[in-house]
Amino acid sequence: MQKTVPFDIEKVREDFPILKRRIHGKPIVYLDNAATAQKPRQVIEAVDRFYEEYNANIHRGIYSISEEATAAHENARARVARFINAGSPSEVVFLRGTTEAINLVADSWGRANIGPGDGILLTEMEHHSNIVPWQLLAKEKAACLKYVGLKDDGTLNQDDFHRHLEDGAVKLLALTQASNVVGTINPVREMVREAHKHGVKVLVDAAQSVPHMPVDVQDLDCDFLAFSGHKMCAPTGIGVLYAKRKLLEEMPPYHGGGEMIREVHKFESSWKDLPYKFEAGTVNIEGGIGLGAAVDYLTAIGMRNIRLHERELTAYALGKLSKIKGLTIYGPMDPVLRGGVVSFNLADIHSHDMATLLDEDNVAVRSGQHCAQPLHERFDIPSSTRASFYLYNTESEIDLLEASLRRAAGIFKV
Amino acid sequence: MSSIYTEIILDYYRHPRNKGQLDNPQIQARDSNPLCGDVVEMQMILEGDNTVKDVRYSGQGCAISQASASMLTELVKGKNLDEVRKISKEEVLGLIGGELSAVRLKCALLSLKVLKTGVYSYLGTADGGKEELAGL
Repeated sequence: MQKTVPFDIEKVREDFPILKRRIHGKPIVYLDNAATAQKPRQVIEAVDRFYEEYNANIHRGIYSISEEATAAHENARARVARFINAGSPSEVVFLRGTTEAINLVADSWGRANIGPGDGILLTEMEHHSNIVPWQLLAKEKAACLKYVGLKDDGTLNQDDFHRHLEDGAVKLLALTQASNVVGTINPVREMVREAHKHGVKVLVDAAQSVPHMPVDVQDLDCDFLAFSGHKMCAPTGIGVLYAKRKLLEEMPPYHGGGEMIREVHKFESSWKDLPYKFEAGTVNIEGGIGLGAAVDYLTAIGMRNIRLHERELTAYALGKLSKIKGLTIYGPMDPVLRGGVVSFNLADIHSHDMATLLDEDNVAVRSGQHCAQPLHERFDIPSSTRASFYLYNTESEIDLLEASLRRAAGIFKV
Repeated sequence: MSSIYTEIILDYYRHPRNKGQLDNPQIQARDSNPLCGDVVEMQMILEGDNTVKDVRYSGQGCAISQASASMLTELVKGKNLDEVRKISKEEVLGLIGGELSAVRLKCALLSLKVLKTGVYSYLGTADGGKEELAGL
């Protein structure tokens, strides 16, 4: 692969205050980005500015700082819409995160459209947040959950996918764009086209894709897409449901309360326009503003550049780690097919022991099942250790990971 | 930095003492740590004045949870149940040595929790131990 330097990594690292922190005199090697990303000062300052200069509830205050807050929040929504190329900001619903977005679709669209015997098609690589809401819905509606299987290389079995579509019962395909464990980037665009040929709606869990690569909802032509702010440099507690306008218009409200109504009478109410129909109560104002700042930050660096950088880091990590004796890496070995997520096991070292051993060198990774128990059962492993990268990670940090893994292997006499 | 994974822990992890099953144990208990998936089961056979004649553990999980279970079996063998009841967290952590993070303490103390659950249930004082067990 051609070596490129897509952006000034040292300058980027300067933007993240936490990367200056030392523990036991050594820097933190933060490789748990699939769990949550660190925040640049541009985002932290945007949130600070809101509280210090114009904190007020939005939409209905008739005074200047409330109008400022409303403008900042709605401006952020417009930038998020542009970031994923939504047709309009009204297709961007601000929620708590990916999990709430998927639950909203299951509760609102699912209850209205899924009936007895209908199929909900998932994949074996889904995060629990894209499994459990569908289990609840299937149970309530006597619908059937079906799974697209995984091949040994961690990619989806496309034959299996087509077989499920052809049986005719499937009403919804809910799949991740990028696996949070094996890293696989799924061919979502092609799968959406196939699904639509069979009249199947598609929800994309984009929690691991929107932060790391360009995502264009109109190009994907997906019906729903969900992602979280905190994995893309924004605060926790803010996330997005994108859905096609027509679907959102047809869907019943999710939560009832203030802000989502046009008129309320004693026995009936009417709903506000999109997207407010789905945003009951006071929303996460600082979160929306923070997400807007995060989108500006990532856009200035360029999502294509971030993807390129992570692809190079992943190639570098796959090369380094696969040379360690006794280490097994899960998922496709071609960095073009995967995001910056590398899960592995080293001989008989349990992932929790591994995470503790790496922590002794300030290397922060995740261990366990990463909210993807069915995937671990598919590969017949109790757990795995996961290193996941972001725009501020460097090859020298991967060298530190490698050195720490070799130290762990030494301690355990692998 | 020195590791909490000492030779002793690795020795118990790779060459466990008292691992297996007993026929007709009087005391038997099992628990898991949902966070890690660690599972530990403890079995005991008593003699005379409630003295632990034989003890076995079984399970799976990280080195900390499995080594501590094995070490604990050696500690309780030959003790009577009154003494077993008095085994403290600190004693078990002392066997492991080193400083454990809050999350890993759960791994280290899982076997003690299982052991005490079994003992309290056998003695019919399960309620009395509830608060203590919740603290493990």
